[in-house]
Amino acid sequence: MITIRKYYYGDIPGDSSGEPSAPSGNPLSRNDWPLWEIFIRSKQGLDHKHVGSLHAADAAMAIENARDVYTRRMEGVSIWAVQSVHIVASDPADTQSLYEPATDKIYRHPTFYELPDELGHM
Amino acid sequence: MDNAEQLFQVRINDEVRIEPKDWMPDAYRKTLVRQISQHAHSEIVGMLPEGAWITRAPSLKRKAILLAKVQDEAGHGLYLYSAAETLGTTRLQMIDDLHSGKAKYSSIFNYPTESWADIGAIGWLVDGAAILNQVMLCRTSYGPYARAMVRICKEESFHQRQGFELLLHLSAGTAEQKSMCQDAINRWWWPSLMMFGPKDSESTNSDQSMKWKIKRKTNDELRQEFVNMCAEQVKVLGMTLPDPDLAWNESAQSYDFGEINWDEFWKVVKGDGPCNKERLETRKQAWEDGEWVREAANAYAGKLASRKDLIPEGPCHPGRISSIQTPVRL
Amino acid sequence: MEHNHHHTNTEYLLHLADNALVLGHRNSEWCGHGPILEQDIAITNISLDLIGQARNFYQYAAELTGGSCTEDSLAYLRDAGEFRNAVMAELPKGDWAFTTLRQFLSSAFQHLLYTNLAVGQDARLAGIALKSLKEVTYHLRWSSEWVIRLGDGTEESNTRINFALLQLWPYHTEFFTAAAYETGTSNPVSLYGPWLHKVNSVFLEAGLAVPSTVVNRFSGKTGQHTDDLVNLLAEMQVLPRTYPDALW
Repeated sequence: MITIRKYYYGDIPGDSSGEPSAPSGNPLSRNDWPLWEIFIRSKQGLDHKHVGSLHAADAAMAIENARDVYTRRMEGVSIWAVQSVHIVASDPADTQSLYEPATDKIYRHPTFYELPDELGHM
Repeated sequence: MDNAEQLFQVRINDEVRIEPKDWMPDAYRKTLVRQISQHAHSEIVGMLPEGAWITRAPSLKRKAILLAKVQDEAGHGLYLYSAAETLGTTRLQMIDDLHSGKAKYSSIFNYPTESWADIGAIGWLVDGAAILNQVMLCRTSYGPYARAMVRICKEESFHQRQGFELLLHLSAGTAEQKSMCQDAINRWWWPSLMMFGPKDSESTNSDQSMKWKIKRKTNDELRQEFVNMCAEQVKVLGMTLPDPDLAWNESAQSYDFGEINWDEFWKVVKGDGPCNKERLETRKQAWEDGEWVREAANAYAGKLASRKDLIPEGPCHPGRISSIQTPVRL
Repeated sequence: MEHNHHHTNTEYLLHLADNALVLGHRNSEWCGHGPILEQDIAITNISLDLIGQARNFYQYAAELTGGSCTEDSLAYLRDAGEFRNAVMAELPKGDWAFTTLRQFLSSAFQHLLYTNLAVGQDARLAGIALKSLKEVTYHLRWSSEWVIRLGDGTEESNTRINFALLQLWPYHTEFFTAAAYETGTSNPVSLYGPWLHKVNSVFLEAGLAVPSTVVNRFSGKTGQHTDDLVNLLAEMQVLPRTYPDALW
């Protein structure tokens, strides 16, 4: 068992938080608002990019909260919001089988092909 | 150390960032939740001392700046709570821990803001001290925490600059403004140094955090950087730092400084600071006053969801979302 | 500027500025005390917009006044009797129902007013109104949604917003009672119909009913204010009044 005492942001003595939350049957008990993931298009022509998350009671509020929280400094021109529970993700345990088979397919990359210099840029 | 933990340490050593669903030692997870939530709580409680001057800011420009600054702190708290939520806790849980006294926040916010100059001193010294820590944390090993810190650091430099500029105006002002400025520096200097925590020699286990690359610099290293920085900057203000032992050390190429009053540090940490009770009570009150609001919004969202004709059903392609002003069937 | 020959009278500009500042000030009291972080940030954004609008109006008024007059001398060195805001803006912030409902009633009016000013003869004022209109459009959307949420939320939220409505409603008549400086196109009387229409449409969704009209005894637009404004200004103006020679 490792005991860690930290003293600045995380290191303040007497702090006993950090235990996982007690499992609760209803994740929205006591009026917590659902969590949403926010994606922002920073300017026309670019993809929406994940910027973080926030809480909102409904879809309209999620968009507005994202506007107020994540675009205060002109960071965006378009917002997507999706409830975090609707995100499906790959499992890190599958990393080897999912992504490593791509590593030896070097013929997919243009640099694999050696062509004469007189061809110029291709 | 079992195999998983060894592999984990190899990834840390290789500077591979740890992401939410990755395997991690329990202690790493707990340390992060504790550290990130303390940091978040510090941002939120930190809104109060400065917020007390929003209604009294002496010009409209200063009022807008201060309001935007305190609002940023709410944003920073939000980014940090979000980062902690990726570790399996909830914001509600963290807020409960704050209100019950189980979780802590930075002691600096248990000092009162007695004059307008305190707003400048907080920006320059408190935010300045925070930035040193935060810049380091931009490279912390946990991905969501590092990303939150990058966002925060971008915004935080505005905070330090506005604080210094505020003091600069006071230092060039009337005799009363000058003395207000010096007085604020005198009161905030030592608490700012305490923000970095106990000396390395007394901070027994923070080497584990270093090993996990949650932290990358020790308390004393950061504190020394801060002293070196401020000792020069204070000259621009034409003010002094309240430390007779402060002196340039030619051989060390840095400033020597006096001994921190650790009794005071421990007193404030343990809850006997000037404003500990008041700060926590204010936060609890705001949260309790908001309970019916949060409940009403949830109830209304539930009604919306039950009115099937008003809400989108199933997954929808974002390209087809024209507007969500009132949720419509897509 | 070619079209900028027509200048609005400064008292009217002060009316617009004071409205925005005082309401912005009341909303700013939520900063750090909101019901949830996201909404703390939201109400502060609205507050910042309103203070920004106030500054634009004050700056214009200060230029027209000339001399040593500045946005800050107008905001910080006038007494309550010289303020020209409608009384609704100065009432204490109350609970979240009071704040959001006041924002809604005010934004619904501001939206119509700025729409008119944006095409008015005074180009400078039109510019400020046009810029502000974008902000007010958002305030109206945000506050409408909250009025609906609270009206159609829980029994408690419904009770609270009905209580807020009874408190606020007497003050709306002042919006539409023209002061001496609201002449010509700035006369607000004609805005009453469209305003009531907007209010009714949101109230319909919120399950709220417009109360019978009781006229309040104050007239903020002509300088007759409540003690709430006196107290608000005492707090807001404390530093410039205490240190008259200081610049900040």
